[in-house]
Amino acid sequence: MKIAIASGKGGTGKTTIAVNLALTIASLGQPVTLLDCDVEEPNCHLFLKPEITGSRPVTIPQPNVLEERCNGCGVCADVCEYHALIVMGKQVLVFRELCHGCGACFLLCPEKAIVEEGHPIGAVEEGVSHGIHFIQGRLNIGEVMSPAVIRQVRVQGETTGVCIIDSPPGTSCPVVESVRGTNFVLLVTEPTPFGLHDLTLAVEMVRALARPFAVALNRCDAGDEGVRSYCEHERIEILLSIPDDRRIAESYARGDIDLSKLPEYREVFDRCYRRIAVLVNDGQDRADQEKRGRAA
Amino acid sequence: MKEVVVISGKGGTGKTSLVAAFAALAERKILVDCDVDAADLHLVLNPRIDRREDFSGGKKAAILEDLCTGCGKCQEVCRFSAVSSVAGPDGQNRFTVDPISCEGCGLCARLCPAEAIRFEPVVSGQWFISSTIYGPMVHARLGIAQANSGKLVSLLRREARGIAEKDGFNLLIADGSPGIGCPVIASITGADLVVAVTEPSCSGLHDVQRVVDLTSHFRIPLMLCINKWDIHPEMADRIERETGQRGVRMAGRIRYDPAVTRAQIMKTTVVEYTGGAISVDIRAVWRNVVYALG
Repeated sequence: MKIAIASGKGGTGKTTIAVNLALTIASLGQPVTLLDCDVEEPNCHLFLKPEITGSRPVTIPQPNVLEERCNGCGVCADVCEYHALIVMGKQVLVFRELCHGCGACFLLCPEKAIVEEGHPIGAVEEGVSHGIHFIQGRLNIGEVMSPAVIRQVRVQGETTGVCIIDSPPGTSCPVVESVRGTNFVLLVTEPTPFGLHDLTLAVEMVRALARPFAVALNRCDAGDEGVRSYCEHERIEILLSIPDDRRIAESYARGDIDLSKLPEYREVFDRCYRRIAVLVNDGQDRADQEKRGRAA
Repeated sequence: MKEVVVISGKGGTGKTSLVAAFAALAERKILVDCDVDAADLHLVLNPRIDRREDFSGGKKAAILEDLCTGCGKCQEVCRFSAVSSVAGPDGQNRFTVDPISCEGCGLCARLCPAEAIRFEPVVSGQWFISSTIYGPMVHARLGIAQANSGKLVSLLRREARGIAEKDGFNLLIADGSPGIGCPVIASITGADLVVAVTEPSCSGLHDVQRVVDLTSHFRIPLMLCINKWDIHPEMADRIERETGQRGVRMAGRIRYDPAVTRAQIMKTTVVEYTGGAISVDIRAVWRNVVYALG
C-alpha cells in the first residue's frame, strides 16, 4: 500500500504527517518504507536522523559530440525539442541544463557522432531509523530535472509493505511523479484562503490522476471555515485534524516531531492510518467487483 | 529598472504575505507572481484581468489508433515510460501515450514507421496582465499536472520587464515558488536581488542553506528575512550566524503575529490591516531591501 502525503501549498505540515504516519506504522510492528520525494528540499531526515547506509548518484544521459565524426549537419539541433543543442559551423554546443536526456540527438545523428554520458543531477540515499526503511532523493544545486530524481526514489522504494511518500509542494510535474501509482493521497492544508485555493488545485490534480484521496487539516483551529465548507460541498473526507498547538511548533522547530511523545496525537495518527487502510481496501474491493461485473 | 525576487526554499514561510506587503509599500512597481504552480498573490491583491493569453509549454505525442500497426517502436524508444500497450478494436496490440508522462521529446513521432503519431503543441496554462490598486501585475495559472513551469516563469518576467520599460516603472517585485528547482531557477536568473524568507526551525535552516548554495551558484545577491523569529529565538540567531558566515546580509526579522492570517482572510496586506509591531518589522525589512537595491 502506497500512501502519498501531498499539498498544493508549501509549509502546511506534509513532513510532520508523513514522519508521524511512518512512526505509527512502525510502532504497530509493520514493515514501513518512507520516501522523501521532496528532492529540492528534503526534510524528513532532519527529524528521523537516519544512519545513511547507501547512496547512489542519479544521472541522466546527455550527449557528448565526437568532433572527429561530426560534420556539422545540424540534425541533432533540429531534433532537440528542448533547444539544448546549437550547431555553429562544425561546432556543437550543448546546454546541459536544458537537456532532458531523451536520446533523440544520439539516435538520430546520421554520422553516429554522438555518444551519451551519464550526467549526475542528484543522489538517492538509503538508511534505517526507528524501524523505518528510509529513502530520500536530493537534487544537486543548479539542476532542474527533479522528476528524474523522484522517479529513481520511487523505483528504489518499491516495496510490498506499506510505503509513505512525502511529496514536494505544488501541482506540477514533480508532484505528479511522487503521487502517480499510489493507492491513496492525503492532501494536507490549513484553514486559510491560501490553503483553500491551493487545496482546490491539488484536488484537481489527484482527480486528474484518478487517485483516491482525503484531506488533512493542519492548524485546524486557526483561520476560517473556507476549507471545511469546500470539503463538505465536494464530499471530501477530512480524515485528520491537528490543532494549532504551540507544543508541536516548538518541537518541530527543534527538529523533533515524534508526536507520540504527546499521547493524544499518537492516537490521532493511529486512527488516521487505520482509516486510510479501510478506504484503500474498500476501493480495491469496489474495483474488483467492477472488474468481475464487466467480465460477467 | 531593478528586479527583486522573494523565494524561500521551504514552503509556507510567508513569501506571498511579504510580497503583498511590499506591494503596498513600494512605489512605481510592477508585480509578478512566479509561483505558477500554486499562485496565491492574486488572493490578496485582487487583480482585474486586462489581458489573457494561452501558454504552450511544448508539444505532446498522441498515437492515432487507426494508423498504429502495433510494432512497439514508440515504447522501445521512450525514456519517460509514457507509452503503454492497449488492446486495439481488433484485439491486436496497440499503443497509447500517457500525456501526463510525455515530456514532449518527439522521438516516438520521428521514428514511428507507420507515421501514426501526432506531435503538436498543447496549451498547458494561461497567463494574465492585470491591474491592481497597487499597480500592474503579471501572473499565470499553469494547468494541472503540467510541466515546463520554468518556461512560463521566464515568459512572465519577460512580459513584466517589457511593461516596466514601456510605462517607466523602476521596480519589479516577484513572488517565487518553494524549492530550488526549475521554476525557482527561472525566477531568479538575472535578478538584481533575491530575498529569502525563512523560519526559525531546523527545516528552515536546512532549506535556506540550499537557497544560499543556489544563489551563490548563479552569483545573485541574496538577503535573508527571518519570519516568525520569536517562535524560536535561538534558532533565529543560529540561522543568522550560519548564513552570515557565508556572506548573506540580513534584511531583517519579522515577529509572529496572527494578524498575518487575519489580513489574508480579509484579502488585504498585513501593513494595511494593522499598524502594529509586525508592520513596523515589515517596513524595516522593506527599507533594507530598497537600500540594498541602491
